[in-house]
Amino acid sequence: MKKVKADPKGVLTGSHYLDGDYAIAEGGLAAGCRFFAGYPITPSTETAERFAERIPSVGGVFIQMEDELASITALIGAAWGGKKSMTVTSGPGFSLMMENIGLACMMETPLVIANVQRGGPSTGLPTLTGQQDMMQAKWGSHGDYEIIALSPDSPQECFDLTIEAFNLSEIYRVPVFVMTDECVGHMHEKVVIPPAEEIEVVERKWYEGPKDKYLPYKLDKDGIPFMVKAGDGYRFHTTGLTHDERGYPVINAECQAETIPRLSDKITDNADKIIMLEEDQIDNAEIVVISYGITSRVSIRAVQLARKAGMKIGTLRLKTVWPFPEKRIKQLAKKIKAFVVPEINYGQVVLEVERCAAGKAGTYHVPHMGGWVHDPNDILNVIKEAAK
Amino acid sequence: MAEIRFSGFGGQGIIRCGLITGKALSLYDNKHATMTQSFGPEARGSACSSQVVVSADRVLYPYITTPEILVSMSQEAYDKYEPELRDKGILIIDTDLVKPKPIRGKIQMYAIPSTRFAEQLGNRIIANLVMLGFFTAVTKIASPEAMKKALPGLVPGRFLDLNIKAFDNGYDYGEEVLKTATKKKTTKSKK
Repeated sequence: MKKVKADPKGVLTGSHYLDGDYAIAEGGLAAGCRFFAGYPITPSTETAERFAERIPSVGGVFIQMEDELASITALIGAAWGGKKSMTVTSGPGFSLMMENIGLACMMETPLVIANVQRGGPSTGLPTLTGQQDMMQAKWGSHGDYEIIALSPDSPQECFDLTIEAFNLSEIYRVPVFVMTDECVGHMHEKVVIPPAEEIEVVERKWYEGPKDKYLPYKLDKDGIPFMVKAGDGYRFHTTGLTHDERGYPVINAECQAETIPRLSDKITDNADKIIMLEEDQIDNAEIVVISYGITSRVSIRAVQLARKAGMKIGTLRLKTVWPFPEKRIKQLAKKIKAFVVPEINYGQVVLEVERCAAGKAGTYHVPHMGGWVHDPNDILNVIKEAAK
Repeated sequence: MAEIRFSGFGGQGIIRCGLITGKALSLYDNKHATMTQSFGPEARGSACSSQVVVSADRVLYPYITTPEILVSMSQEAYDKYEPELRDKGILIIDTDLVKPKPIRGKIQMYAIPSTRFAEQLGNRIIANLVMLGFFTAVTKIASPEAMKKALPGLVPGRFLDLNIKAFDNGYDYGEEVLKTATKKKTTKSKK
């Protein structure tokens, strides 16, 4: 993995007062994103607007596509053309992208998609918040594969984690999702953008061997193949069909048995390196509140109230939601009484917590159907119930 | 910790008020300030509002619940948001645009003809800046220096001077109102 300093052209160094949507765009530009294709959808449009305004001045390209199917396809093309590329969308657009997210996984294409979640299903609550696409991010396209999903809790983290998303997508050649929500997307807060020389970005692993020897899916020792830029004189083939190291279709069980585990294992085998967690007062905790995104901030208020009442509460914030931190949750399940999982949906990430707790610790969900964030008292009440 | 709501109708620069205040507090007054805005079909043309939660520490819950400061620049917004203002809160209105109900509890009211002042300065579009100056003087939540420093980038560059003039106009009026209020209080206590 080759780490370099960020290209100063894309880095708007300084303190700013930005919303989460703008901060995603600034994070992308700082990470070296030079291709954006998208279709406007509330509440993510501001990211696209910011890209449209800023990307020409850093030598990049912005295209407003006819729809989200075209957007994700353009991203795949741009990535194989050598660019770091991203798009932004919300629920309905995310649904439309699903087929070719699978193509990106199969072709092992690095790209970043930010989903500023709103209430669903269907057009649902266009202008109001939700966290209802978390399982879709993991399972939305057909077949077996793994992706990476990050969940920022503030405009500052929208900036930071979008850079991280690009770096992870380059290291593992996989689509990475920035799963934020309307609340964080439209919330303005201070965002500090460091100088370019303090921002580390991962460069694509370019093939440098002889032109006639390039095999697009021949594995390097880390299990990740090299890439080339389409148009640089390499002849190669890539496809969504199950393929061999030449990238040619091989439609049989043997090739499938070689390919499919690798697509997942390159992520799960490196889960410890990928997963970012934030823990607080977890050592003596009886109850651990697990949350992500905006809900983690709202939870802290409930946790503060519970601690005031003398309860031993720890918090575990998932900055990385996928791959899921199952190792850590299995460890904790042996030590604590129960997990409390608030999220703005009818029960998604809680199912993973329950699976990992495996009956060793209780699992309590605090659902919210979307449209607003939790009332901290609702979380507090479930914490009390879990402690009984 | 303080919760502030700016309210009026779409087009008055109500969201801008929240942005300028939030930016001033976060970048130049060393506070944490989270700004959110009413976002939906109801925000276009009718009552609209922006909210700022201010704290010395990190803001956890991003929305306001019982604001202690309500700024209203339209009757509809006043009618909609006045009931949530907390007792002992501060109510700030454009006196030409809002006819307030009798003051409830220990709410402190400050009034300014901000739109009329803006027209006198040459353009009613800067009424929000007159209001922000007034708001800064009477609440003292943010420093006037920080507020003015926050303007570049949030108002059109060629109108920066006019916006600063509008801010100062409202600020000076606010100082005067405060002086008169203190005088009244002292005379009262003497009696």
